[in-house]
Amino acid sequence: MRNPKLLEVRGLRAAYGATQVLHGIDFELEAGRITALLGANGAGKTTTLRALCQTVRTSGSVLFDGEQLVGKATENVVRLGVAHVPDGRGTFTALSVEENLRLGAHVRRDKAAVARDIDKAYARFPRLGERRRQQAGTLSGGEQQMLAISRALMLAPKLLLLDEPSFGLAPRIVTEIFHIMRSINREDQVSMLLVEQNASLALDLADHAYLLETGRVALSGPSERIQHDESVRKAYLGY
Amino acid sequence: MNTAHRRWVWLGALLVLAALIVLPFLVKNYRVFQFNLVLVYAIAVLGLNILTGYNGQISLGHGAFYAIGAYAAAVLMDRAGLPYWATLPVAGAVCFGLGFLMGFPALRLGGHYLALATFALALAIPQLLKYKKIEGWTGGVQGIVLMKPEPPFTFRLFGQALNADRWLYFFTLAVTVLMFWLAWNLLRGRVGRALVAVRDHPIAATAMGINLPMFKSLTFGVSAGFTGVAGALGAIAVAFVSPDSFTVFLSITFLVGVVIGGLASIPGAIFGAIFIQFVPNIADQISKSAPWAIYGVFLIGFMYLMPTGVMGMLRKAWWRWRPGAAPPTGQATPASQ
Amino acid sequence: MDAFLHQIFSGLANGCIYGSVALALVMIYQATHHINFAQGEMATFSTFIAWALIQSGWPYWGAFLATVAISFAGGLLVQRIILRPVERAPVLTNVIVFIGLLVIFNSLAGWIFEHTIKAFPSPFPQESLLRTRFFSAHEVGSIVVMLCVLFALYAFFRYTPIGLAMRAAAQNPDSARLVGIRVSWMLAVGWGLAAAIGAVAGMMVAPIVYLDPNMMAGILLYGFAAALLGGIDNPWGAVLGGFIVGVLENLLGAYVIGTELKLTVALVLIVGILTLKPSGLFGKHVVTRV
Repeated sequence: MRNPKLLEVRGLRAAYGATQVLHGIDFELEAGRITALLGANGAGKTTTLRALCQTVRTSGSVLFDGEQLVGKATENVVRLGVAHVPDGRGTFTALSVEENLRLGAHVRRDKAAVARDIDKAYARFPRLGERRRQQAGTLSGGEQQMLAISRALMLAPKLLLLDEPSFGLAPRIVTEIFHIMRSINREDQVSMLLVEQNASLALDLADHAYLLETGRVALSGPSERIQHDESVRKAYLGY
Repeated sequence: MNTAHRRWVWLGALLVLAALIVLPFLVKNYRVFQFNLVLVYAIAVLGLNILTGYNGQISLGHGAFYAIGAYAAAVLMDRAGLPYWATLPVAGAVCFGLGFLMGFPALRLGGHYLALATFALALAIPQLLKYKKIEGWTGGVQGIVLMKPEPPFTFRLFGQALNADRWLYFFTLAVTVLMFWLAWNLLRGRVGRALVAVRDHPIAATAMGINLPMFKSLTFGVSAGFTGVAGALGAIAVAFVSPDSFTVFLSITFLVGVVIGGLASIPGAIFGAIFIQFVPNIADQISKSAPWAIYGVFLIGFMYLMPTGVMGMLRKAWWRWRPGAAPPTGQATPASQ
Repeated sequence: MDAFLHQIFSGLANGCIYGSVALALVMIYQATHHINFAQGEMATFSTFIAWALIQSGWPYWGAFLATVAISFAGGLLVQRIILRPVERAPVLTNVIVFIGLLVIFNSLAGWIFEHTIKAFPSPFPQESLLRTRFFSAHEVGSIVVMLCVLFALYAFFRYTPIGLAMRAAAQNPDSARLVGIRVSWMLAVGWGLAAAIGAVAGMMVAPIVYLDPNMMAGILLYGFAAALLGGIDNPWGAVLGGFIVGVLENLLGAYVIGTELKLTVALVLIVGILTLKPSGLFGKHVVTRV
């Protein structure tokens, strides 16, 4: 029977060199859900995503679909089905849009399925389709974000990690992207872990939320409850 | 550093000095000559370290300054009859001037480009020294043979006389102590911090008022001057200069000395000099047929075990041994890539 | 006029070799941001292997292909075994490791194959159809071979999935890991390719300059100069830089300064050009943000 808990994190610690950033956090994700990770600057949200991908030194336990991620190389975590859209998007700016998408599917063997997924990406984001031969670095901010998300989806991941997808984008584009993220979650059953500083936006999209404060989980619960709890919003989320 | 500490350091230094003074009387002439060369190389490596370690400007051409210093000394002694000790300041000044001029292209080029430019300089020197038109001065391919200076007084210790080799050793030792003291003085204050600032954050350094072109040129000049003095001392010690003694390989050897000893470190220069003088001999003893292969293995092995040089390793050991003394933030060593 | 043209064409032929070495250097630089100073000695060692195979009776092209394959494997292993431990070490540490490799290869070549100068056969015999008025048969042949190698490389990087992965790993190793690319192995393959290119360059140049352990020293320097001239991050620039350096060397040697100082003068000129255009003729001008 498939474990409904896609991700189980226990006592996760992470450090950059000598600086400890995460001091033992616990959280879980249910398969098929969107979970938000909120918190102020420096709370450790980005570090948490990096810790899941093992791009930063971690200790503790991260069980993804039954497999222990701590100690694995990033390339192997990816092969288990974890796709990360990093902060700054991480696009290969010197390569074309299409090359970026193909790279997203680097670990997949089924060429036909990959080709279908590329078409699907262009259907979902027509602007990318128009610019498929263009150098990725020349795309606008919003287009680069669309490309980054599409590239991550090319992995056909079980879990999609998104680091501040709204950063630096105009509100209209953000709404469009978040709308598409919801449909991706519903249609393709891709679970998502979303890091956002814009709490209201994230809570609108997510089913469940965790709030980080200086490397520890301060609060957690269904996003609806947090949204409607005025004292929590004022104290922790600033609105 | 508290007073008890300081007392130990001074005692240690005095013991080392005493050992250095007694040493040449305990060993044969050839060993004395080798120790002499270690001191010479230490000055040269220190010169290069000022430029590359502290200031981050890479030079694959310091052998050229060594050669110029050596030839300056040789020409002045042989053709102009100058006493050997008087050649040192001239060699230093000439090399300072030339190094200063190198500062201008060095400013525009960085990293690999500067490496190539200095490499070209190192290659040019032997060819230029062999150039027929200036043979009258340089002695052409044959070079110049010098007379080893005689000690000004007689002296015996442990049954050994103060002969030419030993006298030169003390002379070199005195100059080495002077040069190291100069470097220490120069680098520990504002200048040292400025050097490191220019190396790590050149834009911020400029914004703080450091005149970058002048500064980089001066650094080059000082660095070249040190190496030039080393070259002059080397010429006097070996009593011979020829174009083929100063190939590109010498420049590479100095760089090896800097990295092995430890970047941005004054005492590191001594370890570096010991390495470049003695390890080739050891390699030769291990394998007559492929000594350089053994040398290469030594180089790579050293880099595995001590990527930040001998001084880097000693520093780490020091911090581990005395956990109270935490490493200061703004360390004068370049950050790992 | 004839002599002048001959110098130019001969320079172009040499330039092909310099360009290939420059290309090998740029490839490793793009992937690792290090200059492989041992490139020349590795190429010489490969050429010696080819020589040994031919001496023991192998046909030329068989030895050629075997040497390329062995060199590829060798380069890959050198990266995996010797360079990986210092991947994250400071630049100068890597420089010393390269110097170590340089002397090891040079010394081993001398020890195993002796220091006597050897003749190396050319697959393009003197009296062949390839000969033209300005090029010897070997020069034409080696240009063709090098161009084939260059185009094969281009096709590899442009059209194959591994080539794409290698480009990605070189440009942005962090993002490459996030799509599952084994960046370490990409580096190793890059080294393998560079070693293979070096081997071909060595085998093309050996018939002209004769084979001895120090064969590639001067050529490496020209290759380095060519790579910088073209812009250290630009593979096409490297090839073009090679041609420029080749022609420059010949013209200087013949008309300006004579063979003793031509290396010096060539380098001084190159440094002069770099002082005027610090990122090379075709390099990207990187704007540093405060």
